[in-house]
Amino acid sequence: MDTTFEIALRTQEDVVLVRQRTRSQAVAIGLSLVDQTKFVTAASELARNTVIHGGGGIARLEMIEAHPKRGIRLTFEDQGPGIRDIEQALRDGYTTGNGMGLGLGGARRLASEFTIDSKPGVGTIVVITQWTKQ
Amino acid sequence: MDRIPILKLGPFLLVTIQVDMHDRLALILQEELTARIVTDGARGVLIDISSLDIVDSFIGRMLSNIAGMARILDADTVVVGMQPSVAITLVELGLSLPGIKTALNVDRGMDLLRMSLSSEDVAARGHDL
Repeated sequence: MDTTFEIALRTQEDVVLVRQRTRSQAVAIGLSLVDQTKFVTAASELARNTVIHGGGGIARLEMIEAHPKRGIRLTFEDQGPGIRDIEQALRDGYTTGNGMGLGLGGARRLASEFTIDSKPGVGTIVVITQWTKQ
Repeated sequence: MDRIPILKLGPFLLVTIQVDMHDRLALILQEELTARIVTDGARGVLIDISSLDIVDSFIGRMLSNIAGMARILDADTVVVGMQPSVAITLVELGLSLPGIKTALNVDRGMDLLRMSLSSEDVAARGHDL
């Protein structure tokens, strides 16, 4: 059962849409309420990053399976300026916008898997995954 | 344009956030609430977030900003009704909501606001004597 959605990320309203779609899929695969909340929160932080820092992009939502576990995976992709120092960007309190600097590092803590790939001048791809307990 | 209603109850302002707010809406609420504290001479603000499924760093910052601005304008802020899963997520996210008083529900939040108002009154009377 592989289902994929793509959501264009241009505006603040799109960030809300990513949260809502992520929530309904997280419920559908049977994530616990706490895991749903963590994953949707991580999705919100990353979607906002894509809009604000990446200049817009896309979010791809996938339902995945590694029997007997089911999972949900979100890929955020932009062709923005990229991140020069990823370690610094992941550190709590580091911010170039007007947030609290918890977005990237916070999202890494909230999802069970987190990868980031960014090249200055090319763009940024962040992938987060959450698996059901069994 | 979306708007979050601000209700006046005696010396307090009440806000129930019942929609999934986009960032601009959160900023509008922050500005309107701060303005209402001044125009209504409010002494306390109660924000009910029991309908919020998530509080991310942006909403967290908005709540902290409201509490900070209210304090400067001589009003207390109490955030009530946070869902347990939201509290767990906030801690892992690294948000501690500095300067914000919290209560489990609206009743207890109102008690907190009334208590801090009456203790200020007692202190003020003591000063007059």
